[in-house]
Amino acid sequence: MELTTQLLIAAIAAGTPLLFATLGGIMNERAGIIQLGAEGLMLMGAVTACLTYLQTGSLSLALLAVFGVSAALGLIHAFLCVTLRANQIVSGLAVTLFGTGFSAYLGKSVSGQPLGTTVPRLQLPWLEPIPVIGPIFANLNLFTWVSFVLVIAMHVFIHRTSWGLHLRALGDNPATADVMGIRVQLFRYGYVIVGAALIGLAGANMLLVYSPTWIEGMTAGRGWIAVALVIFARWNPIRALFCAYFFGVLDTLGFRIQLTGSDIPPYFLKMIPYVVTILVLMFLGWRNRNKPSGTPEALGQPYIREQRF
Amino acid sequence: MLKGATELRSSFIVSVDMQGIVKRFGPVIANDHVNFQVYAGEIHALLGENGAGKSTTMSMLSGVYRADAGDISIDGKRVRIHSPKDAMALGVGMVFQNFRLVQSLTAAENVVLGEKSSFWRGARWMKEKQREIEAISERFGLAFPVDRPIWQLSVGEQQRVEIVKTLYRGARIIILDEPTSVLTPGEAEQLFQTLERMKREGKSVIITTHKLKEVMATSDRISVMRKGKMITTINKSETNERELARLMVGREIVLTKQQKRPIPGKLLLNVQQLDVEADHGRKALSALQLRVHEGEIVGVAGVAGNGQKELAEVLTGLRAWKGGSIHFNGKEIKTASVRSAIEAGISHIPENRMKSGLAGSLGIVDNLLFKSYRTEDHSRLGFLRASKNRMWSQELVEQFDVKTPDLETPVQQLSGGNQQKLLFAREITRKPRLMVAVHPTQGLDIGATEGVHRLLNELRNSGSGVLLISEDLDEVLQLSDRVLVIYNGQIIGEISAEHADRERIGMLMAGLSTAGEAAV
Repeated sequence: MELTTQLLIAAIAAGTPLLFATLGGIMNERAGIIQLGAEGLMLMGAVTACLTYLQTGSLSLALLAVFGVSAALGLIHAFLCVTLRANQIVSGLAVTLFGTGFSAYLGKSVSGQPLGTTVPRLQLPWLEPIPVIGPIFANLNLFTWVSFVLVIAMHVFIHRTSWGLHLRALGDNPATADVMGIRVQLFRYGYVIVGAALIGLAGANMLLVYSPTWIEGMTAGRGWIAVALVIFARWNPIRALFCAYFFGVLDTLGFRIQLTGSDIPPYFLKMIPYVVTILVLMFLGWRNRNKPSGTPEALGQPYIREQRF
Repeated sequence: MLKGATELRSSFIVSVDMQGIVKRFGPVIANDHVNFQVYAGEIHALLGENGAGKSTTMSMLSGVYRADAGDISIDGKRVRIHSPKDAMALGVGMVFQNFRLVQSLTAAENVVLGEKSSFWRGARWMKEKQREIEAISERFGLAFPVDRPIWQLSVGEQQRVEIVKTLYRGARIIILDEPTSVLTPGEAEQLFQTLERMKREGKSVIITTHKLKEVMATSDRISVMRKGKMITTINKSETNERELARLMVGREIVLTKQQKRPIPGKLLLNVQQLDVEADHGRKALSALQLRVHEGEIVGVAGVAGNGQKELAEVLTGLRAWKGGSIHFNGKEIKTASVRSAIEAGISHIPENRMKSGLAGSLGIVDNLLFKSYRTEDHSRLGFLRASKNRMWSQELVEQFDVKTPDLETPVQQLSGGNQQKLLFAREITRKPRLMVAVHPTQGLDIGATEGVHRLLNELRNSGSGVLLISEDLDEVLQLSDRVLVIYNGQIIGEISAEHADRERIGMLMAGLSTAGEAAV
C-alpha cells in the first residue's frame, strides 16, 4: 500500500472517535448548552464498553451499556444546566472530573487487559481497484460507516427538517423559539442527552477499535480536542468530518515520525495535535476577526420564560 | 349570559376580556387588579408611561407571563393561557418590542418556525411557503425580502416579519408592544395603514405606547394605565391629548417651553472626514462631518443602527477610527483613549446605563468615583479617602435628588430614573466641556425625563457643548439648537431649531436626502 493510503487509513482510524465526539458536541451546542464534559464522557464510555464486553462478550450489549451510562451523565448535565440553570462551564468540568476519576476506579481490575474484540468490517472488494481511496473504503469497520451516515443525517436534519429548524432557533434565540410554541426545556434536555450519548460512543469507539485495552486516562485529552473541533467546524457536521480527520492525521503523524527512528523525543511528537489546536484557534480567530463566528448566540445562557426583559 | 345580552345591545363583540388581573415580581406589583376589554375589529391603544404595567398585561395575554390572579376570556369563553403556544392556539399573537426573531435564519424560516406540520423541509416546500408568506405581506402591505437572513434586514423590515408571523399563524387578536419606537415617522405612517387594513378584516389590534400623538392618530378606544392600575377606558372621539397626558401622569403637566437660547461660543469639537468600522468590519461611519460649539446642544436624529453607537464610542475614546481627524478644544486627538477623553473633559451618558454606565452590584460611592478616583481630592498615594468620598457622594445625592435608601445600596436596585440621575451627577460634577448623551431618557417616566432635559439645558447654559444622540425625534426637536440627521454613517442634513419640521427630518431619517427624491 502506498504511503498516502496508509496515512489516510490511520487518519480515519484516529479521527473517527474525534468525529463522534465532535458531532455530539455540535448537538449540545446547537441547542445552546456548552458541553465541556466530553473528556469525562469519553472515558466513561470507554470503561463501560470494556467492562461490559469482558463480562458478557457481546458487542451490542457493550454499546447499549455505553449509551445508557453516557446518556445518564448527559441527563445530569441537562438537569444542572437547563432546570437548575447552573453555570454550564462548571457543570461540564464537573462531568469531566467525575468521569476521569470514576472511570479510573471502575477500570482498575481490567487495566492493561487486552480485549481481543473484533468489530465487524464491511468488505467491499469491488471498490479495491480505485486508486488511493479504493483500498480504504473496501475495508472499513462498522463504526466508521456509522459515522459517515451520521454526518450526512445530521446535516440533513439540521438544514432540511422542521426539528432542525427548531434546533437552530433553540441555540440562537430560545425566547423566540418559546414564543413560537417550541418546548425549549424539553428539547434542550433531549439534545444534551443524545449529544452526551454520542460522545460516550466516541469513547467506546476508541476502546473497541483504536486501542483495544483499557488504560487509565486513555483518551489523553481527545475530549478536549473535540471541544475545540466543534468550534473549528463552526457547528457544522460536514466540516466536523474534515476537521476530525485533519487531527487524526496529526495524531498518527507523531507515531510515524517515531517509527522512522528520528531523534525528536516522543513527548514532543505527542504534543503535535495539542500545539496545532492552539495554532489553529489563533489562526481562525485572526482570520475571522471581522466575521460572525457562527456561534449559537444563546450558547451558555439558561432560558427562563418569566425573566424580565 | 347577561353579559352577552349587553354586548348585543351595544353591537360590540368583546374579543378580549381581562378581569382582576394581578401580577407581582417579587415585592413589586406590576399589575394591580387590572380590567381590560377589547372589541373585535377595533384598534385599541393601551397608554401608559414606562413601567406602568402595559407590557406586563400584554405579556400575560400572550402567555409569556402567568397571572397571579384574575380571569381572561377570549371571544366570551374563559381560557387559561399557560404558554405562548396556548395563546397562539386561541388566536392571540404578539409583536414584542425586542423582536423575537432568530437572526441567523431567513425571514421565511422565522415565519414558519412554529409550524408543526411536515417534518421534511425541502427546497420545494420552502418555495411554496415563501409564496404563501408573500401573499400575506402583499394583502396587508408588509413588504420584506423573504429569503434573506434577519440580520441583513432593516429594523422596519424586521418588524414587518414579526407582524406577518402572527398573521401567518392565524392570529385574530394582534398585540404590538411599542411598535413605533424603532421606526422612522414614514415607516410609522405605513404601519398605521397596515393596522387599518387588519382592522377592516375584523382583527382586534392592541398597541401599547406612551406617545399621545400616535394614540390620537390611530386608535378607536384608549385605555390608560398608571403605576400598575387601569385608570380608565375612553373613546378617542371623547378625549384629547391634554386629558390623556393628565390621566397617564396623574397630574397636570406643563409642557416646558424652550427658553431663550444663548449664542454659541467658540468651536469645541470639529470632526472631519471620519471613517469608522463597526464590530464585524462593516463600515459604520464614512466621511462624517460634525461640529459642536460651546454653549449649544446639537441633536443627532436617526433610526437606530445608522452609526450613532459608533459615533458616540469614537468621541468618548471607546473605539478606534480608520480615517479622518478629530479636533477637540483646538487640539487634535490622535488615538482612542477613554482616559484622555475623560481628562480632556468629555462626559458620556451611554446608551445602556447598566451595561456601560454603572456597575450594578456596587454602591453609590464607588459608582460616583469611577471617573475621578485618581484625583488628589479623592485619593492619596493610591488609597481612597473613604470618609471624604462619602461626604462628597452624600452631597451629590442630595444635589441631584437621587432617591436611595443609603450610599451602600447596589445601584441596580435603584429605579431607572434614579440610576440616570446618579449617572448625570457623576458626569456633570466634573464640569465637562462636552457632554455626549446617548438616548438619555430611554426608559424613564415623564418626571425623570423632564429632569434630564433640565440638566442638559443647564449644562448648555453654563457654556458646555452637548451632543445629544436620540431616536426620539420629539426629544431632539425640543432640546436641540441644531439638528443633524444621521443616515448610513453620514450626516445627510442639518437643520436649525427654528426651521426644524418633523416631516422633512423624517424623510432625511429614511435616507431621502433631496427634495426631489422625497417627493417620489
